Amino acid sequence: MLKVENLVVRYGMIEAIKNISFEVNDGEIVTLIGANGAGKTTTMQTISGLLKPASGAVYLDGTDITKVAPHKIVSMGLAQVPEGRRVFAQQTVMENLELGAYYRKDKEGIEADMKNVFELFPRLEERKAQLAGTLSGGEQQMLAMGRALMAKPKIMLMDEPSMGLSPLLVKEIFRIIRNINKQGTTVLLVEQNAKMALGIADRAYVLETGKITLEGTGTELAASEQVRKAYLGG
Amino acid sequence: MAFLSYLISGLGLGSVYAIIALGYSMVYGIAKMLNFAHGDIIMAGAFAAFFAMTAAGMPLIVAALISMAVCTLLGVTIERLAYKPLRNASSLSVLITAIGVSYFLQNAAQLLFGSDTKIFPAVLSGSFSLFSGALSVSYLSVVTIVICLVIMGGLTLFINKTKTGKAMRACSEDKGAAVLMGINVNRIISITFAIGSGLAAIAAILLCATYPSVYPTLGSMPGIRAFTAAVFGGIGSIPGAFLGGLLLGVIETMAKAYISTQLSDAIVFAVLIIVLLIRPTGLLGRKVSVKV
Ligand SMILES: Nc1ncnc2c1ncn2[C@@H]1O[C@H](COP(=O)(O)OP(=O)(O)OP(=O)(O)O)[C@@H](O)[C@H]1O
Ligand SMILES: [Mg+2]
Repeated sequence: MLKVENLVVRYGMIEAIKNISFEVNDGEIVTLIGANGAGKTTTMQTISGLLKPASGAVYLDGTDITKVAPHKIVSMGLAQVPEGRRVFAQQTVMENLELGAYYRKDKEGIEADMKNVFELFPRLEERKAQLAGTLSGGEQQMLAMGRALMAKPKIMLMDEPSMGLSPLLVKEIFRIIRNINKQGTTVLLVEQNAKMALGIADRAYVLETGKITLEGTGTELAASEQVRKAYLGG
Repeated sequence: MAFLSYLISGLGLGSVYAIIALGYSMVYGIAKMLNFAHGDIIMAGAFAAFFAMTAAGMPLIVAALISMAVCTLLGVTIERLAYKPLRNASSLSVLITAIGVSYFLQNAAQLLFGSDTKIFPAVLSGSFSLFSGALSVSYLSVVTIVICLVIMGGLTLFINKTKTGKAMRACSEDKGAAVLMGINVNRIISITFAIGSGLAAIAAILLCATYPSVYPTLGSMPGIRAFTAAVFGGIGSIPGAFLGGLLLGVIETMAKAYISTQLSDAIVFAVLIIVLLIRPTGLLGRKVSVKV
């Protein structure tokens, strides 16, 4: 489904991503874990086309999307829940969800997906006329996820969905991620919360200062000495 | 009665400012830049309408449509050639570029059309009286106010109800997130410049109907006043531009009538400064707070 090959990304002179390769297969949940500044967000933004790589390629179903106009990547089946939610604060919940389906023309399909989003997140339905900026942090996270689902993605990228949420809400969000995956959406999940992420991931990669240093199944990495020391608190 | 008459002509003038201010404010709201050349697009629109009416003998409506087409094309072209390459540059570079574009347009007009003042044909002249002759109202004021209200209503509907309008609001909040929705941000910016420039053409004709002289720097003063109006109302806000424009027109007219013609600009800016001291974001501008 998604294949990242020899990716290098620079901010001016700083090389934030130093030649990484990884892949996400159909139906998987794959997680990329790493500390602050490891380059997780940079990787996600490059995949979505917001950043242009210095070299390397990102293949979505075989097409190199680093050559595609960024706004067209969504219609190819890749949506992202960005770091910090980035909901449109001055638009209503409903308008945010509609914007998620911006490229789509299939009215019935959009309506069906809207219903599905409201089933996954009943809180959003209760608040559909409310301005997104007035939602709580957790509700904004749900909105950002619902908004991405409205694009009917084949693969959904999520950048630290647990950031700033209470342990209870984090559990809830991860339960929903698993649900979304069960409904047939492939997931690439970036997390600092390694414990939760490794718990639901089929496979995982460890990113350290722009390089992938470890890879394996979720269970393998959760058991690895290196990961336990660095990310799971011993 | 004199007061009422000043009020109506103030609202007429203010409507022109509001139409220009809408262009400034929309472009600022979406592209986050001050398009200093906006006033000179008015000038281009005035020349286009002037030549359409005098050289080609076209009726006002046709001349207005031609002028709108010229301005729209000019606005979009300027954005493509001068501003788009600077999308990621510092706002200072963009501002300097915009000032450069402004001078370029003025000099190009001087070269093409000469620096002498041309007399715009009389349009929308005449007036009617109310209260058995006690109050005389010019047709132009009424037409200008009506056009401004129609534009304001149309734009509000467009921004709030259409898909493109909602995409515009999304771009104005967060361009990166807008791209993640599949919105073509460059296209939205082009549309914004097209609308703002088309409005500048309408303002150009209303302005020339009031002050019928056409010359290369004609856009500077109304441009600066309208920019002030946009800041006054809260730059980036559409109702703010509308309100700011109307208030500025009324204050300017009242100051001229009751205080002093020479001091009218000083009074306008004094009011602006006071408003900004009390409300730094302008009358209707708002500080966005996003929870994380
Ligand atoms: N716009 C930028 N300009 C310059 N350097 C940047 C920029 N954005 C990120 N960086 C640098 O690139 C590196 C990777 O940043 P990135 O945001 O991808 O990390 P991250 O893994 O997402 O971190 P976090 O967990 O804190 O979100 C960091 O060293 C950061 O300082
Ligand atoms: Mg990050």
